[in-house]
Order: sequence, then structure tokens, then C-alpha cells
Amino acid sequence: MKKVNLIIDVARCHDCNNCFISCKDEHWDNDHSPIAVSTPRLGHRWMDILNIERGQYPLQDVCYLPKPCMHCEDAPCIRASRDGAVYRREDGIVIIDPVKAQGQKEIVDSCPYRAIYWNDEKAIAQKCTMCAHLLDKGWAQPRCSHSCATGAMEFALLEDLEMEKRVAEEKLEHFHPEYQTRPRVWYKNLYRFTKCHIAGSVAIHYGLECAVDAKVTVTHVATQATWSTRTNNYGNFKLDGFDRDSGDYQIEAEHTGITKACVIRLKESLNIGVIHL
Amino acid sequence: MTGEKRLTNSTTGGPVFVDVKDGKIVRIIPMDLAEEDAASWEIEARGRKFTPPRKATITPVTAAQKSMIYSPKRILYPMKRVDFDPNGERNCQNRGISGYERITWEEALDTVSKEMIRIKRDFGPAAIMSTASSHHLWGNVGYRFSTLFRFMNLAGFTYADHNPDSWEGWHWGGMHTWGFSWRLGNPPQYDLLEDGLKNTETIIFWSSDPEVNNGIYSAFESTPRRFWLKELGVKMIFIDPYFNHSAGLFADKWFSPRLGTDAALAAGIAYVWITEDLYDKEYVATRTHGFDTWKDYILGGADGIPKTPEWAANETRIPAREIKALAREWGTTKTTVAAGGLGGWGGACRSATGNEWARFMICLAAMQGMGKPGRNMWSTTQGAPCDEGFYFPGYAEGGIACDTTNSAAGHEFAYRMFANGRPSSSPINSPSGQHIPRLRIPEAILDGKLEWRGKGFCGSSIEAQFQKYEYPAPGYPRIQMYYRYGGSFIGTMTETNRYVKMYQTDKLPFAVNQSIWFEGEAQFADIILPACTNFERWDISEFANCSGYIPHTYSQCNHRIISLQAKCIEPLGESKSDYEIFAELSKRLGLWEAFTDGGKTELDWVKQVFHATDLPKGITWEKFMEKGYYVVPNKPKGTPSTPAMQWFAEGRKMDTPDWGPMPQDTVGFEGLQTTTGKIEFESSSLMRFDPDDEERSPVAKYVPSWEGHHSPGYNKYPLQVVSPHPRFSFHTMGDLKESWLNEIRDHRVLKEDGHRYWIIRLNTQDALARGIHHHDLVKVFNDRGAVIMAAQVTERIPSGTVHSYESCADYQAVGKPGESPDRAGCINLLTPKRFMTKNSYGMASNSCLVQIEKWEEVKQ
Repeated sequence: MKKVNLIIDVARCHDCNNCFISCKDEHWDNDHSPIAVSTPRLGHRWMDILNIERGQYPLQDVCYLPKPCMHCEDAPCIRASRDGAVYRREDGIVIIDPVKAQGQKEIVDSCPYRAIYWNDEKAIAQKCTMCAHLLDKGWAQPRCSHSCATGAMEFALLEDLEMEKRVAEEKLEHFHPEYQTRPRVWYKNLYRFTKCHIAGSVAIHYGLECAVDAKVTVTHVATQATWSTRTNNYGNFKLDGFDRDSGDYQIEAEHTGITKACVIRLKESLNIGVIHL
Repeated sequence: MTGEKRLTNSTTGGPVFVDVKDGKIVRIIPMDLAEEDAASWEIEARGRKFTPPRKATITPVTAAQKSMIYSPKRILYPMKRVDFDPNGERNCQNRGISGYERITWEEALDTVSKEMIRIKRDFGPAAIMSTASSHHLWGNVGYRFSTLFRFMNLAGFTYADHNPDSWEGWHWGGMHTWGFSWRLGNPPQYDLLEDGLKNTETIIFWSSDPEVNNGIYSAFESTPRRFWLKELGVKMIFIDPYFNHSAGLFADKWFSPRLGTDAALAAGIAYVWITEDLYDKEYVATRTHGFDTWKDYILGGADGIPKTPEWAANETRIPAREIKALAREWGTTKTTVAAGGLGGWGGACRSATGNEWARFMICLAAMQGMGKPGRNMWSTTQGAPCDEGFYFPGYAEGGIACDTTNSAAGHEFAYRMFANGRPSSSPINSPSGQHIPRLRIPEAILDGKLEWRGKGFCGSSIEAQFQKYEYPAPGYPRIQMYYRYGGSFIGTMTETNRYVKMYQTDKLPFAVNQSIWFEGEAQFADIILPACTNFERWDISEFANCSGYIPHTYSQCNHRIISLQAKCIEPLGESKSDYEIFAELSKRLGLWEAFTDGGKTELDWVKQVFHATDLPKGITWEKFMEKGYYVVPNKPKGTPSTPAMQWFAEGRKMDTPDWGPMPQDTVGFEGLQTTTGKIEFESSSLMRFDPDDEERSPVAKYVPSWEGHHSPGYNKYPLQVVSPHPRFSFHTMGDLKESWLNEIRDHRVLKEDGHRYWIIRLNTQDALARGIHHHDLVKVFNDRGAVIMAAQVTERIPSGTVHSYESCADYQAVGKPGESPDRAGCINLLTPKRFMTKNSYGMASNSCLVQIEKWEEVKQ
């Protein structure tokens, strides 16, 4: 049985919001019963786009993370609902029944991803349906991925085994795996959102020239683990994928035999500034 | 879907399928192409084969159309200001204050037509002023060049000419370096995608954010190209005061020069090239004119100041070592400079130093052999393979007016469209008639006297912009009535409290606003006429085809898609299409036969446009009506590509299908439009016009901004504002009106008072110094006014520079209109009205100094 999966590459998303808006276009003022009824005009974020800015001027970077309902295999909302108001279809899509969910606000609170919204007027919980009503009518994909212009979002209808293979091959991850809900939404390049970087510049000749191809070595003081990279033609370097709040790091820059080192404490992504050799 | 019907339409952000059921729009989606549609192009480069996705992309403003069509801010019936009496007290001073009452269409049309007749009889037709906002929805029939000009030219009016607000520095500066007046000085982009994929090693995006501004109208058609270029290892460098969204996705390196100092950075680069021998001397010697004079300026011979990287660092705040590294990278790799987002344009050109930046861009590209493989000026947005031989007009080609003076109709379309009929033109709306620059509408009304040079977009020749004009034109009347079409100028022009004040005076006895939404200037009209969107009427258009001063703009798109714009639903409420409103008015003015050409409906006009194009060569009218779109086939495989400027670099005659230069501007069709036929480091046109103009001298120079870090106001207002064209809305379209765009986190911020505030972005240090936290409300102000905005604290902009997109759709004064802070977010209340230079009558909105403080009056 093929099941739905959504693969989101955060390194290809620049926050155009086509997915966020197209979702609203599909669900506002349209009755797709029994899959979904109309959302309010404003207020719901079925495809929410989170953002993060990492590091400091001028070496900072940005990352956007589109976050829909994760269509979890172990969905807390299903457990929290009464009378089968939330159910999982054979294709893996988790649906909130718009009739049975009447008055069940606890469904909203059950979601650790905060992906479920309360419709005040209709007194129901609502969320992403993966456009099940369209898939059932033969559409190849939901509105969000259909409107994605950067290739950041891919809808994949696959056997679980096929999907497992892709997860391994492409190093796909879950957002907040610690929730242990086994989402059907997968992320690529997630470190851009969840981890942090150490960046900086190296200059020579009293700051008059950039140190090109200088060797930069970063050592985690506690574990003595090391990473190294080389500066580009602007003397800039960036090493990525560190845990936040992960303690002290020694940064050593070397160019034509001259070295200099400093120690920093890593809380969030950091631009250490200019190392003058 | 049961009962659903799939129709087609199009927008400023791409063509769409529209699913309609029971007279309502169900959904609006991007078009997927069918198998039967024309094949996609293929480019082979560096061992790979590239072909675009078989679909059309859309922008968020297009995705949000349904929320704009069904907006609670729609004007659903005609309205009259409650204390306006055309036969008694007009109470002009209460415009924007007194409120409106519903009236019938009959009363509205009678009032407007009686006023027009009275004014024509008492003063003459030129006492009626009209103008539209820049982007009046989409479609060749309903567009401002088309329906508005057809009606107004027949009725008689003074046109408030648009300034080339996206071109400014290229128009007033670049044109004098290399001509291209028919492109208003912007670079041509033919076939540069293939050249870029095959040859380019480095792209420098300078004042260029293609992921945000989408070239123009072409949505995300070019996005895959930038991913391909990255995959091929092409290095991408961004120079922009703000770490823009294209940089966020693609930048290998980002520079943020201090606002207004881009030309200083360019001069520093030229210095490195000259002193380190990193430029194409043969090209400079044979293809350019006046280099030695310019070189003397760069090296300091002319003014005693060598434009060293250290000198440039002082102006730009970019370390000298990085300027050197940039110059060396540019000078030693095959580099194309993406100056602006379209190929030309860019916020840097809309400033006091915009002329010089545009000229420097051309000079630098010339020093690196512009036109040789991989070396060009190309913004990655245009230049995809396409068949320019298949004719379909852009909106700027005049539609159902085909006004040959005020649109590009005279190039080709007028003769096709009106081979057996009559285009519409007006002697008032000609160079010998009367004009007002829209940047000076308030002064025309309030002071009653103006002088300036250049009528609107001056593209007919390099010299057209030197032509002197005055208002009132000799023998012509002063304005008595303003027929405003749309309502954007408070959000889009400069120092815009002027426009608010203009409305509140008897000097403007009558103001009409024809608008879809109640916003912006609509709230200052005496009579409001409700128009409908292009989803409620018939039209026809091509994806991203505006043409005119951007010939062959459709080369931005991966497929040339021409769509029928179906009337998807009936006009909401009592609203009418612009054409129907003008038809009704023309009945009362005795012009109905002439305006409707004997009773043509909009669909009749659509059919006439269809037959005036090459569409019948590919599809029948019946099939087009049924299918709703047509994809233009590409040129046959193997047709040689003709990259822009390659002919020039190789000393051949022009081989691109470009519109100019005109034969009289060349000698035997050889060379460029400039007098020398070359790229002019020393401009022959400026030499003739005014060799002593310090602000725009014949040799391009860095002239410090008159509102920047060297100007007297800098101590009081130490923050420089950059206000680029907006990201999510298209100018004012899509902003507010309770559209979904307002919920986008980077568009507006919802505060406790229920109001969604426009965003201003400022550096962490600047925020800290002012006690401002993320999403705090702040007052942004200078002597021109104040705007309440939400602060976005960010590292994407250096300390000293702040960023807020222009084009807020509404204007909401917290007190007396024109004299109190605006909380809708019109940053342009604060931008200077001063023209770029004394002889360049363009806007310098990116030369603006402000102060910011926390706004504590949230609860008020």
C-alpha cells in the first residue's frame, strides 16, 4: 500500500509563502466534506513557515522551515480525540472529522507540533488534510507542493519500504524527533534550522589583505573533537552543524606558517570577527 | 470536482487556472502544461542538459487573488462623500474625514459627467487630470494604456505622466553611457541564459533580488536557472544593503555598502583593475570612448583623490581588503554583473546617486569585455530561449487605444489592431499639449506652476529627456478635476503627505476615484466608482509580457503562455469593469459610438486583439476560447543563439531582434545609439547638453548623496532607509484588504490592538541603542512626517541602515490626515520629493534619512 509522505528541503525554501497561501485558497470558503469544511478567512496556519536567522552581520544566514501537520504514525491527536473524531486513513493521512470533532478543543492541545487550529465559529479543530479530497479525485499532489516554485517541497506517494530507502539515502530527518510521533513529513538539510555555525574572517598584512586558503581548525574543548576548513578568497570561513549551548571551542587559524588561536563559548551561531595574522 | 468548471486567467504574477462552481471561484492554481502543448526548450552546457519544468509558476500575490477578489474592503456600490454637493458646498477641506453614503450608478455617472461637461465648457478639456496606478491588474484590453487612454483621449484630459520609477538611474544616467533609449537605458538580455550556463564563472548580483522582484511579472520562472548555475559551480556574490532573499538562498558572499555609495565601491574596483592590470584593454580601446578621461578621474588626476580601495572603504564601510578581493575575483573570472533584478533596474538606481551607479555598472562591464562569452550584464531573469518572431503584444503596446504617442502601439500593434479602424490619441496628451509629472501633482494643484524636463518615460531618443516642459502649458487651463484610477500614490510616490494635503483644498474642486478597494487615495474622493477585478471581466494577455520599454519581456518565462482571461464570475455587488464604467460615462458625454467602436463588448475587443496577433497561426479562436491558453512553440532546434552584445564585442552588426537603435541614430546600422556608436566613458550627449553639470557630469563620478552620510541632516536623522519594491504584494496590490498576504510573518505583524503593522528592519545594535525589541511598535520619522511600524530586529542589515519595503496599500492617519503619523505603513511619507539631480526628474526614494524611536501609544 502506497502512503503519503512530504519531503521538505529547508535549504531550498526562501519563504515565498506560496504553500501557505495556496493552502488557504483551497480551504477558505470551500466545503470539502467529509474531509474538511471551510477555515476562517484569517488565523489558521495549516502550513506554517517558521524562520530563523543564525549568526551575526555580515556572515549571518537565514533558514525557513515550512511546518504542516506531520501526519504522525503515533498521532497524539488521535489518542486525544473522542468518538473517532480523528482517524488515520490507509494512505497514512490523519483526518479530523469536521462533524465528530465538534467541541473537542483538546484535539488542538494534544499536538506537540502546534499544527492544529481551533475554528471559533464552527467550534471544531482543523488542520492540514494533505488535500486528501484532491488526492481522492486523482490529483497527483496537494496544493502546497503544487505551488512550490523552488523545489523545496516534494509529495511522495510510496510504499513504506521505498520511503525508508529514501530516508537513508538522502539523510532525511524528522523535525523534533524527541516527540516520538513518527511523522510522515521529512526534512532535508534540517541542520540549517536546528544546529548552529561558527564563522569568521582571517586577514593578513595588518588587515590590508584577506587571508586566502588559510586553514581554520575548530576544537571542542571538552571532547577534543576537531573540525577544519579553509578560508575563501575573502578570508571568510564557516563551519556548521554544532549543537547550541555546546560549550567551549578553540578556533585556530593558520596561514603561511603563522597561527593564532582563540577560545569561544558557543551558545548560538557565532561570527567570531576578524582574526589578524 | 462535481459541477466545477476550469477557466483561465492571468495576473501580474503569472497565468492561472481558475476552478469555478455555482458562480463562485473555488480555487486559483498555477498552470500545468499538457502533453499537447509546445515542447520545452533544452540547453546543453558543461556536459549537462537543462530543460524547465512543464508548468508555469505564480507569485504569492497571485496565490492570494481569491482573498483579494472576495475582500471585505471591496467597494460594492457607488458612493458620494456625505458633505459633497456639486451644486452647493463642496467642503473639500473635509476630504478624508467626512465619510461616504451609497448612491445609485445613475447619480454617480450623472454627477461625474455633468462635472466633466461643465469643466470642458468653462475651462477646456485639459482642466481634467487623470492618471492610474502603475500596475492596473492584468490584461491587454482592460489595462490603463488601453481602456483608460481610449476613454480619456476621447473625452480630453491632462495626463499625469508616470516617471520611470523602476528605471530612474538607467533612464537619466545609463542612457547617456550607451544609448538603449528604447529600453530606457537598461541592458538587453537576449539568449544570455545559454551563454551564462555555458560560460559564466561568477555572477555579481548588484542591487538585485530576483527571488523577490521576479524580474518583472515572471513569478519564479528563473528560479531553477539559479539552482542550475549553482550546481555548475558558478559563484554568486550579492551587493545589496539588505541580505536579500536571493542572497539567503544563493550567496557565496554578501556586501552591504552604505546606502548611496555603490558608485564609490565601483570606483574602488576600477582602481584595482587599472593599477593591477586586470581589464580588457583591447575592448576598451576599440569599443569604448573617453576611457582615458575616466581613468584619470579614477586615479585621482582630475580631483586629486585616487579612488583607492581604502578611499572606497571609507565611503562604503566595506573593508578595503574585501574590495580588492572582489575586484580580483571579478577581473580574473568570466563574470556577468546582474545589475538590478531585471537586467537593469535595482534599488540603487532610485536614489540621489542612481545615475552614477547605473553608469558605473556599464563602465565596469565594458572594462571586462561585455558581450564576450560569459561576460555580460545579465540578471538571470530574462534571456531564456523563445521565438521572438511570434507576435503577441504586451500591455504597453496600447490595447484598444493604441495611442501611438503614449504607448508602444506605434512599433507594430496599432497597424495590426486598427488596420481598418482608428486608434485613439489626443493632442493634449502629446508633447505639444499639457502634462504634469505625477511626482508633482500636489504642486500643480497647490502652487499652480511647474517647470521640468522630460515627459514621462523618455525613450524615443537619448535627447528626449532634455525637453523642457511647464505647467500650465502655454494657453492651457489649470486643473479643475482629478479623475484618479486606483489609489496607490501615498504608498508609492515621495514625501507623500503632499498628496494628502492636495486633496484637502478648494484648489482641487472635484475628485473622482475609480477603484476596486476602499484604500489609499479612494478615501479622499468626492465620488467613488466601484471597479471590478480582471476575474470579473474578459481579457487576453501573455505571461510577463509588458513589452514597450522592455521589448520581448516574455524571454523571462520558461514557456510563452498566452491566455484568455475568462470572465470567471459576475462583478461583485454593483461593481463594473472599467470598460463598462467608461462606456456608461461616454453615453452621457455623447461619445458612446466612438468609445465602444459601435457597441463592442470587452469580449469583442478580446477577439479583435486575438486576430491582430500571430495567435491564429497556432490556434483557432474557437479552440482558444475552449482551451483558454496557447503555448508558443520555440524556434526550431539548431537555430543559432544570438547573445546580447556579442555582436558588439565582436565588431559585427547587431544580430539580436531588438527594437532599436533606429536607423537615424546609427551610421549604417553599425554600433550603439550613442553619437560615437561606442560605450561612452565620457558621454557625448551630456557633453552637448550641459558639460558643467556637477551632479551628472559627462564622465561618470561618485557624487555623495544629497541625503546621506555627508549631508547636514545626518546628525539629527542618522538612519538611512532603503525602501525596495515590496516582496509579497505587487506594489500595493495584495497588501491589506484583509488578503492572506497580511498573515505572512515577513509582510506585516499583528499587534494586540488588532492592527497589522508594516515592518521596518533594523540592526540589533541600532535596536539596542533605542531600547527597541523585536516586533515592538516604533515611530519612524523625519521632518516630512512619521509612520508607525513594527520593528524587525535583524543581522541582515548593518547598523546605520534600515529597510522597509515601499507600497503600503492604505493610509491611516492617527490624527488629522496629512499632519499626523500614519499607522498603515507608508514609508514614502518620509522619502524626499527632491529630484535625483537638478536635471534628472526621477525619484530618489532610497536617499532618505530618519530617526526611529519606540512608540508607546499602542492603546490609543
